Amino acid sequence: MNDVVVSTQGLTRRFGENTAVNNLDLEIRTGQIYGFLGPNGCGKTTTMRMLTGLLTPSRGAISVLGRSMPEAAEPLKNEIGYMTQIFSYYRDLTVLENLRFAAEIYGIPAKSAASRIDELLHTYDLTTNVHQLSGSMSGGQRQKLALAATVMHRPKLLFLDEPTSAVDPETRRTFWEQLFDLVDQGATMIVSTHFMDEAERCHRLAILQHGVKKADGSPRQLMDDLQADVVEVEGPDLRKVKHALDGKPKVLSTAQVGSRLRVLVDKSETQPAEMLQKQLSGFSDLSLTPQRPNLEDVFVSATREQEP
Amino acid sequence: MISARRIVAVLKKELLQLRRDRMTFAMVIMIPLIQLLLFGYAINTNLRHVPVALVDESRTELSRTLAQIVQATQVVTITEELTTPQEAERAITESRVRAALIIPQDVSQRLARSPSLGLSLPNATVQTSSRPVAHWIVDGSDTMVASAIKSLRTMPLTELLKQPPNRQVPTFEVTLYFNPEQRSAVNIVPGLVGVILTMTMILFTSAAIVRERERGNMEMLINTPIKSIELMIGKIVPYIFLGLIQVAIILGLGHFLFDVPINGGLGVLLVVTLLFIIASLSLGLVISTLAQNQLQSMQMTIFVLLPSILMSGFMFPFDGMPKPVQVIAQILPATHFMDMIRGVVLRDASLYELRWAILWMIGFAVFGLLAATLRFKKRLG
Repeated sequence: MNDVVVSTQGLTRRFGENTAVNNLDLEIRTGQIYGFLGPNGCGKTTTMRMLTGLLTPSRGAISVLGRSMPEAAEPLKNEIGYMTQIFSYYRDLTVLENLRFAAEIYGIPAKSAASRIDELLHTYDLTTNVHQLSGSMSGGQRQKLALAATVMHRPKLLFLDEPTSAVDPETRRTFWEQLFDLVDQGATMIVSTHFMDEAERCHRLAILQHGVKKADGSPRQLMDDLQADVVEVEGPDLRKVKHALDGKPKVLSTAQVGSRLRVLVDKSETQPAEMLQKQLSGFSDLSLTPQRPNLEDVFVSATREQEP
Repeated sequence: MISARRIVAVLKKELLQLRRDRMTFAMVIMIPLIQLLLFGYAINTNLRHVPVALVDESRTELSRTLAQIVQATQVVTITEELTTPQEAERAITESRVRAALIIPQDVSQRLARSPSLGLSLPNATVQTSSRPVAHWIVDGSDTMVASAIKSLRTMPLTELLKQPPNRQVPTFEVTLYFNPEQRSAVNIVPGLVGVILTMTMILFTSAAIVRERERGNMEMLINTPIKSIELMIGKIVPYIFLGLIQVAIILGLGHFLFDVPINGGLGVLLVVTLLFIIASLSLGLVISTLAQNQLQSMQMTIFVLLPSILMSGFMFPFDGMPKPVQVIAQILPATHFMDMIRGVVLRDASLYELRWAILWMIGFAVFGLLAATLRFKKRLG
């Protein structure tokens, strides 16, 4: 189960002066959900497009399912599924017509196509929408249809570009359950996202910023390895407290979360809470408690190093 | 390997989309129907009833009879009577009339000496005796109007004096084949097939690929195993049927409403029309791969459409165009089609007689389809 499905070495893509992806090394193993986490424009979609053979890299090597990309792009189309960020099936066709179209395009024989479509309609809870035009469905339903059509041909490798950016949390939850079902059936997935809760569900994550990989590992491992301690400050005047701490040595970041201020302190500081206490001596009624780092702390810590 | 199943998948999808796009479907029927009725009745190269003014300076019975004879030709209709040539000029400038007939005071003397009446043979050197009877002033900017009035120049005046005419012996005998009654519709209706097909076929396909791109479907399509050629063929086949429906409407109505004969074999007609439809569709596909959005594809379509109407021989005879223009016009499928469709419908031409145009059309269609297929990349960069 530990075969490498996707690997890249020194993957780089430039658009004119702009380097969208820079020297990216990846190793994605079978049966994983691998996440690309990063803000918009960090190179997630460009990387996915290179991995599926839609874009030719400016430099570097790509191997997907044991074959070199983009040369093997066409033969691999039958083994790869790609779910685009924006719903890209036909809005003026019904659910059934869209699924039939996908089945025919992927060359699934008519007989098995009918049972496969039936199976997908049930799995993705689309049985009541069979004859509904996809353009008239909700974002969540369209999402399900897109996933059903994308996995029609049982791809070994699935690319999902920001799959749940347009759906509510409940739908997102269900959607992820369905992804794990697919993994259970043997699929490997590459998911791009800018949502922390979504990233946290991945087996493994790469944090991207300006096309550069800033961190790579399982969410738990990334949180454990964080080169910072987290201290939460509670009390009055949190905005003033924040301004007092911003820019101070060893204070990596401050962010208010409701009635608490979450402060990231560099790991080289052995007594973070005491150090902050000293910095905030002018304030009264503050309580400081050390916290376990979360993924957002990892993300903030990983991406701030880039800044000058 | 090209997969027939994938071609059929695209074809079915196009038909489903077309069925739901009621407006487009209605236009497929309405464009040929309405345009045929409009143009069939409207376009008439035999000019009749040009509005003219009459300036009768003579005011005699003779001048009144002259005016009546002129009107009886049906070429002109006298819509106003004026008193001076200056007023007539003003009426022409103001576009109230297109020409004016000025009958001079001495019309009876002129008529008496007119060579056209044959009282005696006049001496050509005697100026007064060879003067015309009356004078036309004409808005010459429209050449069709001008030649209609010019045709009245040698109008026989025998009725005027109840005299037998001088026997006119024609220099040439002219026999008119294919359209002896000289009805414009006979030439216009087959030509309309070419114009309407150019318009609808190129327009439909020129938006085909661009629309997929604009609606975001392209990113899904290029991630599937579909091949460019499969997509192209699947996209044009439904429109071939639509094109044939349009041809049937135009020629059918043309036959029943305008009495346009269909002299040629229906098989030849089908081959010729199919070839033109496929050539136009493949041109539309090339446009579709060039254009970045639907507005651009529309502009490119019009860029092809206008010369297809004006330079193909639909409106103006191809033979009258300067050589370089003829060369350019021959690039257009419509030019070859005008010749072919008129050949089949009016002259009962055989496939062999049309072989060069047919070969050219096949070449154009294959080239267009290949160009579109090669231009369409399943890659983003």
